[in-house]
Formats: sequence, C-alpha cells, structure tokens
Amino acid sequence: MAEPLLELEDVTARYGPVTALHGISLRVDQGESVAVLGANGAGKTTTLRAVSGTVRRSGKIAFGGKSIARTAPEAVARAGIAHVPEGRGTLTELTVRENLRLGAYTRRDRKAVAGDERRVLSYFPQLAQRGSQRAGTLSGGEQQMLALARALMLRPRLLLLDEPSLGLAPLVVAEIFRIVRELNEREGLAVLVVEQNAVVALDATARAYVLEVGKVAVEGTSADLQRDEAVRRSYLGY
Amino acid sequence: MGRRALGIALWVAVVAVILVAYAFAPRLVSDFHSRDLAEAGIFFIAIVGLNLLTGYTGQISLGHGALMAVGGYTTAALMVHEHWRDVWTIPLAGLTAGVVGFLIGLPALRLSGLYLAMATFAFAVAMPSLLRKFSGLTGGGQGLRMLEDAPLQITGLSGTVTIFGHSMTQNHFLYYLAWGIGLVGFLIAWLIVRSRVGRTFRAVRDSEVAATSAGINLAWTKTFAFAISGVYAGVAGGLLATQNQIVNPLTFTFLLSIVLLVGTVVGGLGSLPGMVVGAFFVEYLPDVSTHVSTAPGVPDFVYGAAIIVVMILLPTGVGGLLKRVARPLTTRLYLRP
Amino acid sequence: MLLAFDWTQLAQQIVIGLASGGVWATLAVALVVIYRSTGVINFAQGEMAMFSTFIAWSLVHHGFSYWGAFFLTLAISFAGGVAIERAVIRPVERAPVLTVVIVTLGLFFVVNGAARWIWSPETRSLPNAFSTRPIDVAGVAFSISDLGTIAVSLGAVALLWVFFRFTKLGLASRAAAVNPEATRLVGVRVSWMLALGWGLAAAMGAVSGMLTAPALASFDQNLMQPILLYAFAGAVLGGIDSPLGAVIGSLLLGVLVNLLGTYVDWVGSELRLPVALAVILGVLLIRPAGLFGRPVEQRV
Repeated sequence: MAEPLLELEDVTARYGPVTALHGISLRVDQGESVAVLGANGAGKTTTLRAVSGTVRRSGKIAFGGKSIARTAPEAVARAGIAHVPEGRGTLTELTVRENLRLGAYTRRDRKAVAGDERRVLSYFPQLAQRGSQRAGTLSGGEQQMLALARALMLRPRLLLLDEPSLGLAPLVVAEIFRIVRELNEREGLAVLVVEQNAVVALDATARAYVLEVGKVAVEGTSADLQRDEAVRRSYLGY
Repeated sequence: MGRRALGIALWVAVVAVILVAYAFAPRLVSDFHSRDLAEAGIFFIAIVGLNLLTGYTGQISLGHGALMAVGGYTTAALMVHEHWRDVWTIPLAGLTAGVVGFLIGLPALRLSGLYLAMATFAFAVAMPSLLRKFSGLTGGGQGLRMLEDAPLQITGLSGTVTIFGHSMTQNHFLYYLAWGIGLVGFLIAWLIVRSRVGRTFRAVRDSEVAATSAGINLAWTKTFAFAISGVYAGVAGGLLATQNQIVNPLTFTFLLSIVLLVGTVVGGLGSLPGMVVGAFFVEYLPDVSTHVSTAPGVPDFVYGAAIIVVMILLPTGVGGLLKRVARPLTTRLYLRP
Repeated sequence: MLLAFDWTQLAQQIVIGLASGGVWATLAVALVVIYRSTGVINFAQGEMAMFSTFIAWSLVHHGFSYWGAFFLTLAISFAGGVAIERAVIRPVERAPVLTVVIVTLGLFFVVNGAARWIWSPETRSLPNAFSTRPIDVAGVAFSISDLGTIAVSLGAVALLWVFFRFTKLGLASRAAAVNPEATRLVGVRVSWMLALGWGLAAAMGAVSGMLTAPALASFDQNLMQPILLYAFAGAVLGGIDSPLGAVIGSLLLGVLVNLLGTYVDWVGSELRLPVALAVILGVLLIRPAGLFGRPVEQRV
C-alpha cells in the first residue's frame, strides 16, 4: 500500500486548559478526498488546525512521510498544505487580485504563478470580473470562492477546507463543492474537508470520518456512510 | 468548620493584616520616608480611580494627570482665595474633578480607543497652558503657594498634628490621611466593582454592542465611569497639593498622566489589590533609578528598562499574576471536590 | 479689500506650514505603519527619530557629507527598528494592547536615556540639507530649504507607498496587518512582517529627525518631543489607520498651525498646540474616525 499523503496518529489538541481532541487517527491518501463530519464542538475544525499547526497539538502528524507535528503554520504552508480556515480568512482590505497574489507568496516561479492565476480564475469566473474590488465587499459565496482560489495559488498537494458551506445559500454551496470535486478529480488534488452539512460533503468525497467529542466515532467510505441508516441518524442528523 | 467559615476567616485575617500594616508602617520608616509613603498613597488613590475607568470599563485616558491638576488647584485656590483649611478642601477637590471628568467623558460617547486617548491626551497637554492663561485664579506660571499665602490653612505647619489626643509629625499625618482615604476609596471601588454598576462597566468593556443589546445605557455608564475616576484623581490631586503646599503648572504635566497609566497597567488592569503594587512601583522607581547611577541619561534608561522588563514578565500586571495564583486556591475553597 | 490682502505672505506662510507639516507627516506615517501592524501608538517613535538624528550628527562629525550621512543613517535606523521589535515588542506580541503601549512608554525613556548617556547634553547642530537662499517662484520668495523639506518628506512617503503597494513583501506586510492568522496560512512569517514594519517606521522617523534638526540653530535630546505630539495629532486628524490620511492630516495641521500663529493674535506660541488639538477634537466629533479613516465596523 502506498504511503498516505497525510497521516494523523493519536493526535491530541488543546486550547489552553481545554482538550479538544482526545487522540484521533486519520489518513488522506494521494489524490483522495476525505470528509470530517460531526456535530458542533466535535473537534472538526481543531483537526484541521492540528494539521496546519495553528493549535497546540501532540501526537504523530506526517505529511508526505515527514513529520509536521512541530512545524509552524508558515512552514506547513510551504510544505504544500493550503488551509482555508473557518470564516474564510478573507483579507478584506486587499483587492481580489491581491488576495490571489498573496496565495502564491511562497512560490518563486513567477511565470507559472501568472499562469496559475489565469487557470484558477477560470474555475471562478465571478472573481475574474472583480479583480480590483476590495475583497471585503464581496458576497459570502464570492469570499468563499476567493479563499479557495487563494489556497489553490499555493499549488498545494493537500487542501484543508473548513466548513465551506457556512452561511451560504444551498445553490452556492453546491457550486463550491462541484468545483472541489472537479479539482480533486481533474487535478488529483487531495482534499480534507470539514463539514457540518453531511449530505453535501458525503456526495463530494470518497471517504469520511465522523467525530464525536474529540474522538473518531465512525469511519468508512462515503458511499457506505450514506447508505448506513443507523450512522446517518445518530451522527449525521438525517 | 466548613469551607465557608474557612473562607471568611481568611478574609478577616487579610483585613486585619492590612489594618495593622496601615497603623504601624510609619513606625518602621523614618519621618522623611513617611512622606514618600504618603505620596505612594496619593498615587494609589488616583490609579484605583483610573483602573475603574480603564481596567473595568475599558476607556483609555491619557488625561488623569490633568484631573489631578483640577483637584490640586481647587484645593490651592480654596486655601489661598477662600481661606479654607486644607483637609476640608479635599472633598470639593474630588467633586470638581469629578465634574470635569464627566465633561471629558462626553467625547467618549463619540470616540473610542485611540481617538478617545487622543482627546484625553489633548486635555492633558493643554492643561499647563490653560493654567497659565487663567492666572487670576491659578496664579499663572508662578502657581499658588500655600506656604506663603495661606499658612494658617495648613494642617501641621507647626510640625505636629494632634488628633484625638494623639500627636504626630506632619509627615505621619499626611501618611495616615492619604492611606486612610486610600483604604476608604479602595473599599468603595471594591463595592462598585462587585455591584451591578461594576458588571455594567465590565459589560461595556467587553462588548459595547452586546451591552447595548442588553439594555445598558452606554452614555450613562461611560460618563459615570469618567466622573467617578475623576473624583478619585481630584482627591489625589488635592492631597498632593496639601502635601507639597504649592501648585504650579509644572506639577501636573503630561508626564503625570503617563505615570498614572503605567501604575495602573503594572498594577494590573481589572485588579484592585494590584494597585497597591502599582502605586509603590511608580513612587519608588524614579528613586531606584537614580540610585543606580546619576550619570546623564542612566536614570531614565533604568526607569524605562524596568517598566519594559516588568511588562514582559507580567503582561497582565501584578494583578494578573495575583489572579493566576489565587485561582486554584479560591477554587479549592469554593468548589466541591 | 481683496487687493489689500497680502497674498504673498499667505503663500509664503502656507509653504512654511507645509514644510513643518511635511516633517510631521513622515513621523505620522511611521506611527500609522506601526499602528496598523502592531495595533499601538509607538510613544517612542520620536525618541527613536531623535536617536537617528544623533547618529547622523556623529557621522557628519566624522567627515561624512550630509546626504552620505542621511542614507547611512536610514539603513542603521532600519536595522535598529527591527532589533527593537525583536527584543522588546515580540515578547509582548500576544499581550493586551495597553501592555504594549506601556512598553513603548518604557522604550521612550530607554532611548532618551541612552541618547543622553552616549551624547552629552550639550547642544549640537546639523548642517542644512539645502541652501538657505530664497528662491523666486512666480514673483514670491520661498526658502529652498522649505521646498526641499517638502520634497524629501513627500518623496520618502511616496517610496514607502510604492513598497507597500507594488512589492510582494509589501503586500505580505499589509496582509499581516489586516489578518495575521490567515496570512500565516499562506506561508508568510507574520512575526517578521512586524519587524519589517518597525524597521520601515524607524527609517521614516529618521527622515523626520534629519529634516527637523537642520532648521534649528541647535538641537538636543528633546528635539523630537514636540514633533511627536504634532505627528500624532496629524495622524489622528487624518485617520490613524490611513497612511494617506496621516500625510494629508499632518500637512493640513502644519498649514493650520502656522496660519493661526501668523494671523490670529491671541494664539501665541503657548497656545499653538492646544488650539490645534482643539480643532482636531472638533473634527473628530464630526468624523470620529478622522478625515480619511475607515469607520470601525462592528461585527455583531
């Protein structure tokens, strides 16, 4: 079996005195798209933060075989992990174009960056029209797309997506997940997406983990989880 | 004996220690140093008030030195022009400064954060010029000299003060007066903080939007906080004038406002007990700095370095440290195992 | 009546006001850069600028030309600013804002004390950057020194603007100031962006100091204290989060203060600053975020 792209083993994470993850283990293989589901407070966002290094964590966290358990967020990004945070992290004072350019901060290949900007904008035509607009004036859906586009400018090997559906209308959510799926299938981009909206997430991913109170309660292929009535009712709310 | 009784016993012990310290401290130091202790008490009063405004209500003021000026000049003017006895001017000094504090609080309704700091800073910077301008009342650049123009109004000018049959030196008297008022002021502030008003202050500090949605009147709260901290500053200013027996524009420069803010933050925003340490810090640090060396610039360097080091080691002030230390103790006392 | 008014004098006083305002503007921009990145007003900015001016003096004293000393001082000041941020601000990066404010106050005394200790308290003078001859523009005599000061101030500010607007590092720096968490996630070392901000601010302060000193017959360690007050006032007037505002606010303030001093009798030199502050307060009460500041949006 090929080495997983991302591997977490017995990872704990805490916010000050409060422990949010109590030893979770998960993996994402090359080119795979995986969902992390669960109720509010289950530790989904914390899981992504543990990977990108924005929370105090311990345990084994390996990316491409190398440990990133002690790596600072800036270096994690440089290693090829793009984290689209909860709330999108839009740089509201900067223009759309500047947000994108910032995404490519770690890259040195200027020509390729320009090419990527065109390619990324082709996925998000709405953004292309708003190049010099201040990012703070975009709608919620557009900001989510911008956050995603900015992450892609990094040319990541793994994309961490935190609750992309939050606060967005169903049509917009569907559009975003369609794009995520396309990126995964067409470009082989590995995706780890955290979502409260289990329906949409399971449709767009191959495997899923369900978290409960900081631990992995259920794991399996998305198809299996969609079919499993018991799991759906107790963990996914439908 | 239950936990509750143990808690009460602890409080009684703490209060007893404080009162004993208050009563006997002057015996332990020379008469001259009682004066420094008194001045520490004066700072204590001012920064307790400033803490109510900045630490508990979240409003920044760079102008409390100017409020002390209002109090100090009220005292001096009453003594020199109206022949009031110095101690009796103190309440009025507080009141006048409270009113001015209220007026300063009015811009607070429109301005916040840095802009409020700017407004209070403008007041502090303008104060010496204003004092010089209205020389009829304030004695202009010369100031008012109570020693020359109102000697009969000075308590203890003869060197001894007799109260309730006890006689003591003038410096001791000033110490007892300052810290006596300080303890009373501390008690009042403590009661305010624990009361509904105190919760209102904290609500405004933590989130004005949330506070307004909860029905809190921001205008009233902010101006009240300014007014009450003004009263404290005014009382402190009046005491300072009483102690120095002179006031002039240089007594109350912008530097004083800074010193008060330093004392409050070092003591710990949102912590009243910490203010004791804050007061001693700003009172004694200049002396300590000069002790290190009197070469040009070195005292200032030491002074600034001490402030920086304290802030790096204790970012939430002494009060923050006290809270962190006391928390496990008090939690153990009040929670079931 | 219009013909009897002395337009020449007005024009001259405006230029003089712009020159003072220009000096304040460079320091004000320094304050804004630090405010945007660190969230505090650096009370030591003036003293750092003063220290830089003394370094310039030492260089000139050792044989450098004014402009040679000028640019070398800029480089040294930049390094100094970075060093100060790493040593003194970084440890309190996560502390409450007022704590950092107090640290900058401590820094004020540290830098001032250091300057007094290294250079004895006697007064010194810095040669003039520009000739002191007057120049004739459209029949009105202006001082080259004033015009040169305006040019250098605005030039420095413009260079800074170019840096922030058009370079990758400048972009990262701006982003770090707006949203440090998100900026970290794209690979920017946010902590170092802060240091960069302090370095640039120190360099701008140095410009301010080196333009202030030559205009005075002599200067000492108190050189920049009034300048800091005016710069702060100008920045607040323009809107503390807006560099453009800081520049325009300071220029306006410079002209206002000078015109008040010239034309209004009871505003002697005593009341110049308080009156200016009163005007600013008036403006703030109408526009609480300053002329160009963005009103703070409250997220409910």
